[in-house]
Amino acid sequence: MHPILKLVIQRLALGLLLLLAASVLIFVGTQILPGDVAQAVLGQNATPEALANMRASLGLDQPAYARYFSWLFSALHGDLGHALSNGRDIAESISGRMRNTLFLASVAAAISVPLAIFLGLLAVRYRDRWPDRLISAITLASISLPEFLLGYVVMYFLSVKLGWFPSVSNINSGMTFWQKLNAVALPATVLTLVVLAHMMRMTRAAILNVMQSAYIETAELKGLRRFTIIARHAMPNAIAPIVNVVMINLAYLVVGVVVIEVVFVYPGMGQYLVDHVSKRDVPVVQACGLIFATVYIGMNLLADLIAILSNPRLRHPK
Amino acid sequence: MKGMPLSALLGLFITLLFFSVAILAPAIAPYGMSEIVGDVWEPSSAQYWLGTDNLGRDLLTRMIYGGRTTIFVAAMATALSFTLGSILGFTAAVYGGWVDQVMSRLNDLIMSIPTLIFALVVLSVMPVTLPTLILIMGFLDSTRVFRLSRAVAVDINVMDFVEAARLRGEGRAWVIFREILPNALSPLVAELGLRFIFAILFISTLSFLGLGIQPPAADWGGIVKENREGIVYGIPAALVPAVAIVTLSISVNLVADWALNRTTSLKGGRGV
Repeated sequence: MHPILKLVIQRLALGLLLLLAASVLIFVGTQILPGDVAQAVLGQNATPEALANMRASLGLDQPAYARYFSWLFSALHGDLGHALSNGRDIAESISGRMRNTLFLASVAAAISVPLAIFLGLLAVRYRDRWPDRLISAITLASISLPEFLLGYVVMYFLSVKLGWFPSVSNINSGMTFWQKLNAVALPATVLTLVVLAHMMRMTRAAILNVMQSAYIETAELKGLRRFTIIARHAMPNAIAPIVNVVMINLAYLVVGVVVIEVVFVYPGMGQYLVDHVSKRDVPVVQACGLIFATVYIGMNLLADLIAILSNPRLRHPK
Repeated sequence: MKGMPLSALLGLFITLLFFSVAILAPAIAPYGMSEIVGDVWEPSSAQYWLGTDNLGRDLLTRMIYGGRTTIFVAAMATALSFTLGSILGFTAAVYGGWVDQVMSRLNDLIMSIPTLIFALVVLSVMPVTLPTLILIMGFLDSTRVFRLSRAVAVDINVMDFVEAARLRGEGRAWVIFREILPNALSPLVAELGLRFIFAILFISTLSFLGLGIQPPAADWGGIVKENREGIVYGIPAALVPAVAIVTLSISVNLVADWALNRTTSLKGGRGV
């Protein structure tokens, strides 16, 4: 077997194992309370009969491992159970929201990735001069703020003071693509700012690392323009670390979405999750937690795979 | 302290200022924490320096008490994560073999779930009280400390003086606390600042989502949550915590940067 295929298969198997373990962890995370869900829902004053009824209807009278396997099995078949708070089918409520969340995340990704790489190149080109310092200062400031505050700062200035965009992102299926784009403009801007800093810094570091190689000096001595050297000679060799950082930040984007959706009252998965955490609606939290963890682990796995595939030494073994 | 650059001194000064205001909050704050003193969302004036909040409480007072809670929770969580993470990390490095493998893989597993999501899952069944919040934050953050301290300790563990201690017949506890800990302290101290800032951001986020500090107690994230409605009417009360958080985190970062540079240059030009 080709060594790279073996490596990829190994990595995929490891990723699946990790995912399985993560699902156990999420399940266990909701079991550590001394009481149980029935107690939490009905409160301290519930009669023993009511508690027993509720436990039986939720399947809580079975041992934990049996509940875990039945939960995992139905989740794998697309059945995420019913919400405790309103008895609705979770998979049904999630599907529309998931589409909204993915739309927001992809808009943010489509802006932030090219921008981060371009700014990274620019920072290397003008290294230690004012464009580099300015970019560094802005990114440092944006890291120092939690996402939700960044959201309100952007909302205050761009929406309330300047009135460019709506402050609340209402979105529904009847809207055209452009209307939707206008609605998510602010949350997408904030998400871009959140991930831009890290991506740009890592791009800069990766390219600077390559810039010390002998062939860069050759290119310099040939008399090429600095930007050409960076874009044509340094960039291709820095692709692997850059792609890696991009994927990790896209994974992070999925988490950042949770908070930003609450700020802009955007009807996505994140808002759904946070709402149901305060309602102590465990099945919904488990389902959302599992989906977010899957996306996060999947992105990180993809980053690893791209790093393996983009390494020419692994692709063409001696 | 000698030869400390101006930026780090400034950072240290502001950080200490924040901490002393937090400790002395009841003496400094002009009004009581939940005392309603004026109209809703009054602009800043000589009487109310930062104006009033959504219920007519003095915003400066809320900020001072809020800083106290936020800094306290973040500091406790950081202390917990460092104690837990570094001891476990050193243990993994010193024992090596399957102990190290099991601990490291378990750590990878916990880190594979985003911190916020994990915290939300656990908070959905736990009562939201200060001790639970500190425990959850400290535990989740200790995975990052574990990773760093294990990496540092693995390097130190193969040095000659550790070998000498082993040959003297010292036990593992001695090796961990008397040989490795003093030598791993500097990189860990630099990391401490960053973890503390992360804890501040994290507890603020949780409070903002309504799953952190519960009202009527004040904290920076909660102040944003309480005053968020005002933003749409152009009332910037909700943005005041942003200024406090940015100032504190840049100050701590300046000190941490200095600590990191100092430790790397001591070790002979690593990372310059």
